[in-house]
Amino acid sequence: MEYLYIIMTILLIISVIFDRGKTWKAIRRGTKKLLKILPNYLKILVLLALIMSFSENFIVEYLGGQNILLGSLLGIITGSIVMMPGFIAYPLAGVLLARGVSYTVIAGFVISLKMVGVVTYPVEKEYMGVKGTIYRNVASLIITFILTFVMGLYYGEVLF
Amino acid sequence: MQKNKLNYGIFLIFILFLLISQMIEFEMGKVITDNFLIFAKDMLLILPPAFIIIGLFEIWISREKIENSFGSTSGFKKHIYAILLAATTVGGTFVAFPVANSLYHKGADYSSIFTYITSASLVMIPMSIMEASIIGLEFTMLRIGLSLPLVVISSIWLNKLFVKLEYKLPTDV
Repeated sequence: MEYLYIIMTILLIISVIFDRGKTWKAIRRGTKKLLKILPNYLKILVLLALIMSFSENFIVEYLGGQNILLGSLLGIITGSIVMMPGFIAYPLAGVLLARGVSYTVIAGFVISLKMVGVVTYPVEKEYMGVKGTIYRNVASLIITFILTFVMGLYYGEVLF
Repeated sequence: MQKNKLNYGIFLIFILFLLISQMIEFEMGKVITDNFLIFAKDMLLILPPAFIIIGLFEIWISREKIENSFGSTSGFKKHIYAILLAATTVGGTFVAFPVANSLYHKGADYSSIFTYITSASLVMIPMSIMEASIIGLEFTMLRIGLSLPLVVISSIWLNKLFVKLEYKLPTDV
């Protein structure tokens, strides 16, 4: 994340060298855009904090069920709803793996976590429109199912 | 504007709830506070530089350039560009949404921006390295290798659909 500040600083310096007026315009435009969307980001923040407080235990408890089909389905559903930064998601996946949870379930969880975002809807719909958001997420959900199945086949966990 | 006020209001009430939870030692409230701080740090610190860079992008980069690389006439290479851009986007999807909208208004077509958004979280380089070290390199390679072709195919398909629907992305956001 520090990199982003470094990149921003470098770009700003280059921009100022070329055109001071344009640089101000760019900063103003960026700030205006951010202030406009900020409440939606804050909304997601509140939702995530609440959901995560309830779901972290849920994930560790239930994704490791005996039934791989049920586990994958639960993994995909949880992964689709929530959204986590990698530094939380992967250690969590590591815990699951250590507990003997199958790769298929972990794949379902990790892939849907990345591709499908129900909780990010308040921001996505502002930029992509309602239809754009829904279609993209449905397409991503279908891909998640296909990928989870194929990865299950690869690890020899699906189809016995 | 009215809706913004409501959202800020909800956020303030939420913060108040967290503060009170700290004071009266409410266990659940404390767990929520911990989670909130983790996400807040991850998200809120990334937004200011991301949006300044988006501002610079909109002011400096010409429409022509984007049309040539991400436009409907750009052929298959726009998907490669979109994936490369996604791999280096810090902040994943949170940042990808506004970037995609800016790209679109500079002349990128639907298939590039859908490829971009969906792969923004799939191939982010630092996160993929972390995944490989925890779950395994084989898993990560397989996941990326299998997902990208499907993402590109679905983006091309969504593009066809949206062109037919004459869909327009929101402006002025």
